[in-house]
Amino acid sequence: MAKLLTYEKKDTWIDRLCGVTKLIFFLAWSITSMLTYDTRVLAVMFVISLVLFQLSKTDWKQVGGIFKLIMIFMIINLLAIFIFAPEQGSRIYGTETVLFPIAGNYVVTAEQLFYELNILLKYFTIVPSVFIFIVTTDPSEFAASLNRIGISYNIGYAISVALRYIPDVQDDFHKIRNAQEARGIEMSSKAKFMDRVKNTASIIFPLIFTSMERIDTVSNAMELRGYGKHKKRTWYTGRKLQKADYMTIAVTLIFMAAALVITYHDGSRFYNPFL
Amino acid sequence: MKKFGIKEVVAAGIGTALFVVLTEVQIPLGFIPNTSLQVRAALLTFLSAVYGPLVGGIVGFAGHALGDAFFYGSVWWSWVFPDAVFGIIVGLFAKKFAIKEGGFEGGKIALFNGVQVIANAIAWIVLAPVLDIVMNAEPAKKVFVQGIFAWLGNVIIIAILGTLLAVGYTKIGAKSSSLEKED
Repeated sequence: MAKLLTYEKKDTWIDRLCGVTKLIFFLAWSITSMLTYDTRVLAVMFVISLVLFQLSKTDWKQVGGIFKLIMIFMIINLLAIFIFAPEQGSRIYGTETVLFPIAGNYVVTAEQLFYELNILLKYFTIVPSVFIFIVTTDPSEFAASLNRIGISYNIGYAISVALRYIPDVQDDFHKIRNAQEARGIEMSSKAKFMDRVKNTASIIFPLIFTSMERIDTVSNAMELRGYGKHKKRTWYTGRKLQKADYMTIAVTLIFMAAALVITYHDGSRFYNPFL
Repeated sequence: MKKFGIKEVVAAGIGTALFVVLTEVQIPLGFIPNTSLQVRAALLTFLSAVYGPLVGGIVGFAGHALGDAFFYGSVWWSWVFPDAVFGIIVGLFAKKFAIKEGGFEGGKIALFNGVQVIANAIAWIVLAPVLDIVMNAEPAKKVFVQGIFAWLGNVIIIAILGTLLAVGYTKIGAKSSSLEKED
């Protein structure tokens, strides 16, 4: 069974922050890390995320397995970039410092290595923030905070329903899969390709059709309770913003602005050490 | 556009949950390394075709973002948006497909697959690579090759599983004209 990241209650200050605050931090953080290619900014963000990760008291056990998966993915991605475009770094930084040739036009340049290092850093700034966000945010409070930052409550509620039903649906999925496997319907790599497609169908069809029934049941229940009668709704798990929240949001936004100014002040999002 | 009613809210919610769970079901295409058929793509197409663009957009966006976050600990926004756009495009044709009404057959199946092929092309051959280049400055050649394989994989899995799902559901849901005269 694949392991999902899940919320775990811990009494740290990050835990006590409002979902809204954490959502704003998460969005600002990922947008900044997406926009910048400035190595200095990325390095600072990387250090900050490590510190935050430490402060959130997230257990390595909770995230280690997933982290290894990301590492494998990252290595493949970096290799793929090199195979398809070994000259991308030189194109971006405008110079070419050959370190050593491999074969044909595959030449390892310092620019390429630096460019790929930046990509790696980008992921390493985002990954801890995703871990922290998921592990420290109560799912139902998350839905409340979506509504708070101005997203329609219908969408907030849909997300809330999603988070509520992920464990249930996953449970159903594993039950159905086990039952079908007991009948000899194999979905894993032991089966041949076309058999696998067919067998996958025999597992996901019952899952999806029971879920369609569940959609009817849940929406009838909600209708009976008068969902959507008013333009606004309140949230049981919604919390008021405290002083710590306002401060965190302020610091986050100031950091984001500063990072973007540093990144773009010379008109390019790349920091170029080769000039 | 259809109004965002209770059924759409719940469909978007449970649909997203399904999409997230099905993230773990992938069938590797043996001959191309590192590409696999995403079963969740068939689910997204099916839900969009049944419930319309709003549900399709939310399931594509939230499902992809949450699935990435829960399973891989990071969110590739440049691939989240294309999934949302894909859901919206397929959803726009929901009325034409009439899956729930029980008339999904013949020409409608052809239309369904035509729409999915084009919507997949827009999402994975155009949008995803362009976003990867603009947002992540990744090499064009690499992202277009990735995009084409993603397109191909999705088209195949949707053509098989997506079509079967829709046909299966239309049979269950058939109400008004499902009676046949016995000889």
